[in-house]
Amino acid sequence: MTFRQKFYWIFFFFFFTFIFINNEWHDSVSGKKFEVFNPANEEKICEVAEGDKADIDKAVKAARKAFELGSPWRTMDASERGRLLNKLADLVERDRLTLATMEAIDGGKLFSTAYLMDLGACIKTIRYCAGWADKIHGRTVPMDGNFFTFTRHEPVGVCGQIIPWNFPLVMFIWKIAPALCCGNTVVVKPAEQTPLSALYMGSLIKEAGFPPGVVNIVPGFGPTAGAAISHHMDIDKVSFTGSTEVGKLIKEAAGKTNLKRVTLELGGKSPNIIFADADLDEAVEFAHVGLFYHQGQCCIAGSRIFVEEPIYDEFVRRSIERAKKYTLGDPLSPGVQQGPQIDKEQFQKILDLIESGKKEGAKLECGGGPWGNKGYFIQPTVFSNVTDDMRIAKEEIFGPVQQIMKFKTIDEVIKRANNTTYGLAAAVFTKDIDKALTFAAALQAGTVWVNCYSALSAQCPFGGFKMSGNGRELGEYGLQEYTEVKTVTIKIPQKNS
Amino acid sequence: MKKQGSHSNPAPVLPALPEPLKDLKIKYTKIFINNEWHDSVSGKKFEVFNPANEEKICEVAEGDKADIDKAVKAARKAFELGSPWRTMDASERGRLLNKLADLVERDRLTLATMEAIDGGKLFSTAYLMDLGACIKTIRYCAGWADKIHGRTVPMDGNFFTFTRHEPVGVCGQIIPWNFPLVMFIWKIAPALCCGNTVVVKPAEQTPLSALYMGSLIKEAGFPPGVVNIVPGFGPTAGAAISHHMDIDKVSFTGSTEVGKLIKEAAGKTNLKRVTLELGGKSPNIIFADADLDEAVEFAHVGLFYHQGQCCIAGSRIFVEEPIYDEFVRRSIERAKKYTLGDPLSPGVQQGPQIDKEQFQKILDLIESGKKEGAKLECGGGPWGNKGYFIQPTVFSNVTDDMRIAKEEIFGPVQQIMKFKTIDEVIKRANNTTYGLAAAVFTKDIDKALTFAAALQAGTVWVNCYSALSAQCPFGGFKMSGNGRELGEYGLQEYTEVKTVTIKIPQKNS
Repeated sequence: MTFRQKFYWIFFFFFFTFIFINNEWHDSVSGKKFEVFNPANEEKICEVAEGDKADIDKAVKAARKAFELGSPWRTMDASERGRLLNKLADLVERDRLTLATMEAIDGGKLFSTAYLMDLGACIKTIRYCAGWADKIHGRTVPMDGNFFTFTRHEPVGVCGQIIPWNFPLVMFIWKIAPALCCGNTVVVKPAEQTPLSALYMGSLIKEAGFPPGVVNIVPGFGPTAGAAISHHMDIDKVSFTGSTEVGKLIKEAAGKTNLKRVTLELGGKSPNIIFADADLDEAVEFAHVGLFYHQGQCCIAGSRIFVEEPIYDEFVRRSIERAKKYTLGDPLSPGVQQGPQIDKEQFQKILDLIESGKKEGAKLECGGGPWGNKGYFIQPTVFSNVTDDMRIAKEEIFGPVQQIMKFKTIDEVIKRANNTTYGLAAAVFTKDIDKALTFAAALQAGTVWVNCYSALSAQCPFGGFKMSGNGRELGEYGLQEYTEVKTVTIKIPQKNS
Repeated sequence: MKKQGSHSNPAPVLPALPEPLKDLKIKYTKIFINNEWHDSVSGKKFEVFNPANEEKICEVAEGDKADIDKAVKAARKAFELGSPWRTMDASERGRLLNKLADLVERDRLTLATMEAIDGGKLFSTAYLMDLGACIKTIRYCAGWADKIHGRTVPMDGNFFTFTRHEPVGVCGQIIPWNFPLVMFIWKIAPALCCGNTVVVKPAEQTPLSALYMGSLIKEAGFPPGVVNIVPGFGPTAGAAISHHMDIDKVSFTGSTEVGKLIKEAAGKTNLKRVTLELGGKSPNIIFADADLDEAVEFAHVGLFYHQGQCCIAGSRIFVEEPIYDEFVRRSIERAKKYTLGDPLSPGVQQGPQIDKEQFQKILDLIESGKKEGAKLECGGGPWGNKGYFIQPTVFSNVTDDMRIAKEEIFGPVQQIMKFKTIDEVIKRANNTTYGLAAAVFTKDIDKALTFAAALQAGTVWVNCYSALSAQCPFGGFKMSGNGRELGEYGLQEYTEVKTVTIKIPQKNS
């Protein structure tokens, strides 16, 4: 048996292919299952129970019960919630190799990236949130009149959380860790392309000692299980990471049904602005990784690179050279630098956008088509002489396709950078302090990088301006999204300051 | 009215009550954009009525989508980087707000008379309570303007990271008719303090005080385009706001039914941020160990204030069995003491409902109470032959399945029910999709703090009702709303957080 075959057999043997409710593994109510594929070779990995509305209903009931006043979870010390989260981080550390291998096989993610970056981020994020649990402070408020007034920062309640396929485990952790740290219970729907690491986490959550019903995991599809969450009358909040198109449907559904609170992390078409006074080597490298990381499948991808005219030609030359250095192949193999796209739908969409770039007159510098005869591989592609009206300059590609455009003045590039309904991230490369701080204010994006790209960490709030999202995740701000504020005002005989 | 103080400790001094202005002239009846007065693009006007006598007060320009578009353009321009408003010191925003408060104080009598005539509000209440709250709220927000703190963040790696708490942008704000001026202030003051620009749509029933504020906003010195006011109707001007592709945030106070449409529209269009303050069916729980006189009085005012037209009305009163009969007896006695009439006349204690639609809805719910078997203790029908007056009405022996126990009435109709145990009343109190406010009357500390945690409501009062102030965050659990207004928390709703991460050669703690 190859390592992969052994892995499949072991994984299947541990039965983490079922729905996780109340710390137990359940078949789907319908009995249906769906197939999970390895995008590097299009082979089936296993089958997983397919959750639908009936399973979401079961999960919500369990989460609601676990959230009842007087329950183990509600009466637990906040510090104990933190201890459980730290225990969970320990278990993820223990099983880092299993989880990283799983992410690579299920998500087409380079094994080295999964092990070093994704798993590293997961462990750090859980521990960061664990530390907040007993530091969630309400306020006392000096209200007018003879009253004693304070606020309770209560958990929102039952939270439906819908996870994308590009960073399956990292996004799972970004969702559950802040939610649990604030005392909520959750019903999680991982992406149908990548349910495996989430389900494995179910076993760790149980092992760590979280009470039954606190975390429930229902694999399934968007239009069924996902829609059941966004429409559910007994879910208090929905949190979604994915496309802007689906994010809109979710907010609409929340309004139509029970006004559940909504946090959205959506798409982007993030501008990366390179001035002539930047460190050119660094700028080229950050711009390259900022686009090509994980085959371009990042919401923050720097997919519009604006280069100041004097250095434009040199920047393009070095970017092409950098993009040509790639070995594509099986994400598990050492030495491979680029894996496959996640599935056929994405694959087709990216190729279609590449064709539009050619047709609309951008200059194809390298790549420009598929690679290999198996799996969803696309050659690293660079377009130069891109203009703002082209589809590749306006639409989110989510693939290994880099757009390089030219600019002359500050006012011009600020306008062009902000000329989008997206607003997730942006960057500027310059050594000049005035330029750096001007752009920090002027760019309409939730995160602005100066002389770097993709620098994220659990301490930093992350989210979108405009149609890239609603709300912020992580940092201290992320707690607000998982908190419902209650004001308590008690009449007293006489107030004193 | 808010009851403050005790026998040994006098309440804060309220100003002396003057007489309302006779012959109030309505000067401002047009659309306010860029500190100028405009006709509606269509040329249309609509009529504004006095609900005490159903007479027309005046006509006001009727804004529709085209006017909202004009207003948004003005607000967007005023919000541009480099504009006077964006480059202004935060402390200067605070100074302008304090100046506005000064002007409201100067024109207190005019505004109070206007609220009474336009909104059917008792003049004494408008002058003492509504205008008092407006002035205090503006000053409270003025004080925050230069205290909106971003953070520096100890991020992993060699980075210097900070957050900017930027204004959200152009905010559409839709105001209800029950507290027209107070709600106008609750909306614009936090928004302006954080640096936003606004497009405000006052309720079609009560546009006058908002338009008057336009003149004060200009006089105070706010740059053109920072505040724009477009009177009009919900399905036209209001919907234009909720659907607008260039409005960054919408804030709405009104019914849950319309709140849902607004959130849906936000999702369908441009994912604008949404804050909602919606309806309620708030439980007021009275234990046998409460001070009975105080409980009766707070429960009474907590329901009947402003003719029952409050989102926080304590419209389900749960009384512990041992004191139930006595509580009902005293509540009836209290409700019978009313003089109804013209809100401007001294000695009048109850004014009209706002309009015919509300009037009919309340009478319909009263009939349902009779039909479904509640005991009508007093009132139960209309009053007078002009204006939308309804007799103060008390129902006892109300059960949870009756319409009057489930639906928001928004009228002078009090429901009194009986309960036995703590667990029972917690369940019954929370058994609603609403969650705006709640109260418990008890001297027992354990009961008080148990209910403070157990009641699913954005505000919980202990041994009082309706105690609100600008320092306190206000908003709903569940379907009573999304988000909080006022207090420090209210600033978050008008802030868009930007994380800036700068690479540095070496970080040191």
